[in-house]
Amino acid sequence: MTLEILNDPTLRTVALGGVVLGLGSGAVGAYVLLRQRSLLGDAVSHATLPGIALAFLLTRSKEPAVLLGGALLAGWLGSWLVEAITRTTRVKLDSALGLVLSVFFGLGIVLLTFLQRYPEAGQAGLNRFLFGQAASIRQQDVLVMALGASAILLTIGLLWKELKTIAFDPEFAESSGLPARALGLILDTLTVLAIVVGLHMVGVVLMSAMLVAPAAAARQWTDRLDRMVPLSAFFGILASVGGALFSALIPRLPTGPAIVLVMGTLVFLSLLAAPNRGLLWPGRARGRPGFPKAERESP
Amino acid sequence: MSAAQIEIQLIAALTAAACAIPGTFLVLRRMALISDAISHSVVLGIALGFLLVQSLNSPLLILGAALVGLLTALLVELLYRTGLVRQDAAIGLVFTVLFSVGVILISLYARGVHLDVHAVLLGELAFAPLNRLVVAGRDIGPVALYVSAALLAINTVFAALLYKEQKLAAFDPVLATLLGFSPAVIHYSLMGVIALTAVGAFEAVGAVLAVALFIVPAATAYLLADDLAEMLLLSVALGVAAALGGYWLASFLDTSIAGSMATVAGLLFALAWLLAPEQGLLTQRNRRNRQRLALALRAFLVHLLQQEGRTREEAFPEAHLWRELGWDRTFALRILALAEREQLVDRWQGGLRLTDQGRILAREALHGGEEPPRFPKAGGVP
Repeated sequence: MTLEILNDPTLRTVALGGVVLGLGSGAVGAYVLLRQRSLLGDAVSHATLPGIALAFLLTRSKEPAVLLGGALLAGWLGSWLVEAITRTTRVKLDSALGLVLSVFFGLGIVLLTFLQRYPEAGQAGLNRFLFGQAASIRQQDVLVMALGASAILLTIGLLWKELKTIAFDPEFAESSGLPARALGLILDTLTVLAIVVGLHMVGVVLMSAMLVAPAAAARQWTDRLDRMVPLSAFFGILASVGGALFSALIPRLPTGPAIVLVMGTLVFLSLLAAPNRGLLWPGRARGRPGFPKAERESP
Repeated sequence: MSAAQIEIQLIAALTAAACAIPGTFLVLRRMALISDAISHSVVLGIALGFLLVQSLNSPLLILGAALVGLLTALLVELLYRTGLVRQDAAIGLVFTVLFSVGVILISLYARGVHLDVHAVLLGELAFAPLNRLVVAGRDIGPVALYVSAALLAINTVFAALLYKEQKLAAFDPVLATLLGFSPAVIHYSLMGVIALTAVGAFEAVGAVLAVALFIVPAATAYLLADDLAEMLLLSVALGVAAALGGYWLASFLDTSIAGSMATVAGLLFALAWLLAPEQGLLTQRNRRNRQRLALALRAFLVHLLQQEGRTREEAFPEAHLWRELGWDRTFALRILALAEREQLVDRWQGGLRLTDQGRILAREALHGGEEPPRFPKAGGVP
């Protein structure tokens, strides 16, 4: 099996794509989970769809950089709208998320259906952005994805201490003089970026799972952020590569759902078996979704 | 309009109305996204049911799929109760996995029959008139029409029967529990209705866009209505408007009906956000402007009153106005014009002085126990 993957160029590209995807979304996912923004990821990933369709409509280009650029702008607009709606109306966060999610996705579907009259759109199959399609991934796609993932890892590395404080205790961060708003914005932007990196393989409908699930699994095994981020990235890579290869080898198996299913299994095992917290652990300490207080106060 | 066109619009309108009723309670109870989770998860139920009975309209399938939807709400609650993950993550974990299993089943085993991945995302509204209900050899209309009408009836009865309970749970959950209403009954009855409606909406708009019909009209009504009954009626009306508007937008652009319905619902929300009589962005801005003008006017009158005390029987030169109050000239002239129109000041010996009425207002502003007028900071006003 391993030999087969290394020898087959298509499968090699698919596996590489999986590594890049899992790395980016796994690492950012840790922060998304800790800041309780799991469902913002869902809204933003659906919101990228009209961006992809519009980018194609305006440029007639299928270059991954162009399409993903459109996705990035639309995703960012969606996350801004959620914030603006909750700030200026009495509509609460959950409704604002559902609203942006469904309206942007609806608009995206309208544009995609509209685009089907252009023959060149049909061949490119913008539809693969719905559920992801590992088999259609090319080297230049992986290259663009890798650029996005490197930007994510670099930012996390450079701003490690600051982002850690923001993730655990935004009020403390603000009172200790950190630019909390700007750092929050950076994390939101990294989230959009991670979503865009994964669109090719997982698709807009299920991309949010790749932010939540690896982090939720990693959270069960450790109480420390410096272990949780790499572990979450590791789970992300495991699920992405596994799911993507399954879908490339089994005909008609859609990639996004396959990846999510592998990831779901990893979460389930972690919930059951993780030391001390796991449900099967005898006399387990009552689990807490957050981190212990001591860890919070020594950033 | 052909008969099929009328039937499609009727189905769309009835479905939208049916979704808007439980959607209103969801928006009020801050649980909007549970409808996203449930409408995704029913796909698994529909896939399993379809593989068993090979038909999308069997009542067994509808009930079975609704049960899977209800199971989602239960699973989310169970997962959350373990204390291992927070609620938002619990929702995000449960529905994506159930939905993935459903989509995989459909892609591998049900492809191309009556149910495919496309239908999961878009619904099959355009084909709904093809599936007729035949009773005793007579064609009495499309099956989906009866399904959506039944859903609307069920949801109306639900809202009427449990109006008081759901209202209390939405506005004051603690009091609801104290008064002896079981939170579990209130919660799971709503979840059951959502699950059933989501299965019905699946055929019309697909799994992802059902959320648009649950949430968007209700959120729009929330900006416009003052009480629950009004909000319910408004969100039903807005849902119907989005359904009909979406249908016509779709036939005009020759594109997806479900997507257009969501888009029109979003446009209606954008309009309300901008123009709502109480909470619209424009109203908010006008209100802020009016408040600022009123405040500046009072500051101006008080300033004149204080000058009167200092330099009795002398008019106040107009040009001092913007210098002493730290306003720019245009703004000062605007306030002056306002004061003159209201006859609070008049011109006297080439300057300004308070009228009797203006003096009364100024004294009131100064001593009346109201909040003392604060002088706007220099440059702080346009």
